[in-house]
Amino acid sequence: MATDYKHSVSLDIEKCKGCTTCLKRCPTEAIRIRDGHAVINSGRCIDCGECIRVCPYKAKKATHDSLSILGDYKYTIALPAPSLYGQFDNLDNIGYIIRGLLDLGFDDVFEVACAAELVSAYTRKYINREDVKKPILSSACPAITRIISMNYPDLCENIMPILPPVDIAAILARDKALREHPELKPEEIGIIFISPCPAKVSYVKNSFAGERNYISATISVRDVYFALLDVMKKREDEPLEATESGMIGIGWASTGGESTAILNDRYLAADGIENCIRVLDQIDNSDMITLDFVELNACSGGCVGGAMTVANPYIAQARLQSLKRYLPVSPNRPASDWIPDQYFQEKTVEYNPYSLLADDRKTAMRMMSDIESITKELPGLDCGSCGAPTCMAFAEDIVKCETSADECTVIMRQIFHEYLDKRRGESLLERFKPLTPRKNPETEDGGNDSK
Amino acid sequence: MSDAVKFHFEVDGSDFSSAGAASVMVKKKLRQLGYPPDIIRKVSIAMYEGEINMVIHANGGTADVEVSDEEIVITLSDRGPGIPNVELAMQEGYSTARENIRNLGFGAGMGLPNMKKYTDSMKIDTVVGEGTTITMTVKL
Repeated sequence: MATDYKHSVSLDIEKCKGCTTCLKRCPTEAIRIRDGHAVINSGRCIDCGECIRVCPYKAKKATHDSLSILGDYKYTIALPAPSLYGQFDNLDNIGYIIRGLLDLGFDDVFEVACAAELVSAYTRKYINREDVKKPILSSACPAITRIISMNYPDLCENIMPILPPVDIAAILARDKALREHPELKPEEIGIIFISPCPAKVSYVKNSFAGERNYISATISVRDVYFALLDVMKKREDEPLEATESGMIGIGWASTGGESTAILNDRYLAADGIENCIRVLDQIDNSDMITLDFVELNACSGGCVGGAMTVANPYIAQARLQSLKRYLPVSPNRPASDWIPDQYFQEKTVEYNPYSLLADDRKTAMRMMSDIESITKELPGLDCGSCGAPTCMAFAEDIVKCETSADECTVIMRQIFHEYLDKRRGESLLERFKPLTPRKNPETEDGGNDSK
Repeated sequence: MSDAVKFHFEVDGSDFSSAGAASVMVKKKLRQLGYPPDIIRKVSIAMYEGEINMVIHANGGTADVEVSDEEIVITLSDRGPGIPNVELAMQEGYSTARENIRNLGFGAGMGLPNMKKYTDSMKIDTVVGEGTTITMTVKL
């Protein structure tokens, strides 16, 4: 599972300068700098997109399909995430976006927000079941689900087993197309998800929804935003289409939207990957938290903060607030009280301990002992020059034979100075001494040292 | 026991917000060593509760964890006020935590009882005015 995981976050080696910005910010320590550029450990990467956001050279990118994919299908359906609606300035009606999508060449639009309202309704029912382990953890953010599967074995069964909105939207959109166009073969229908983040691209690529993964391709909110700007500008008349989603569905785009829709105040909603990890640590550690539902979003602000969006997440949220103001609360309701079997995940999330040092514990213990003793000898600066995010991660890399101890620049500098001291007369620096300016005789020695 | 790996942590009593950090570290180490999830859970809950206690009552201390193939031994030592009545302190719901700590959601009087509940053995050595050392063992 860990090795054949398909990722969306990738690296453009040409652009990467090998600086330590992403190295220090990766929440799972999945990045190392090797041979002057970043390397992503695919077993550890959760596709949160943090490195894409922080890279000063734009060397990290999210790979996804492009709009040209529309040509591959006879009939195409756009599945816009509600975060798309928050990207536009001065937009007062979601109908313009839906119409714009049709103008871009889509044959139909199925709003993910509509399916989100169904998921909210199902969650309200699911939460009342006797046999459910609390708190229920939302399954909407794939980066969070993945980090739980890697680090929190006890919380795996707390993850909500109902499919996330995007999969239910795909099922419904496909059913609708086959019903309205009986002449279409299933493979002729392209269901194209417009995603705010790389984690959802990976989610689709890895078919977590199993056989019910009906999503054919994933394109970015960013690409669609720029394409829509062109077609939407040309239209000054009233929108012909109207949104079918309500306040609850659109609310899912920002943190708290999913939680407040359960209409119960025993919830926690957090965002930003570091905050989410802290919340998970605390839930994992204690029985004292009495919560029904926990919504965690890896991106600040929620899905509107995804690495494939354009607008600032908080500005997008404010726009969504005004867009949903006069919409009905939740126009999409399930047909019955019963949650259809096909809306449940095929299998539950499994614990996948990526951090295991070795398969047998004896070896792992010996390695751990070595890691502890090496760490004690390291400077503890966590400077990143060795290519690992912390001195401890560096010690782990040494023990795993992924790097060598002489990559530590601090230790090498020490050794270098000791060597110079021994051979002072012959050293190059000594020969340079007469060339260095002698403005302040008191700091002369210090000045030499830092060269 | 010859293959035991030892970890040592200083638990900072002056910074309440960092309480629980050592237990998170230990959890990470145990995962790397491939211990079963239920053992990791027991160790981390017992250690978390002990760590919080040291910060709330004893201005911090040290945490030593020794892990081997047979057992995991957690030793928490502090130079705090000591526990005058251990039997009373072991009762569920009994707490001497101050109001401000209770407002944070701690001090429910479940710390010591939980430490006992999640470990196979627990020994409390305490001298009033000198400090407390708690040794907990989780067997594999």
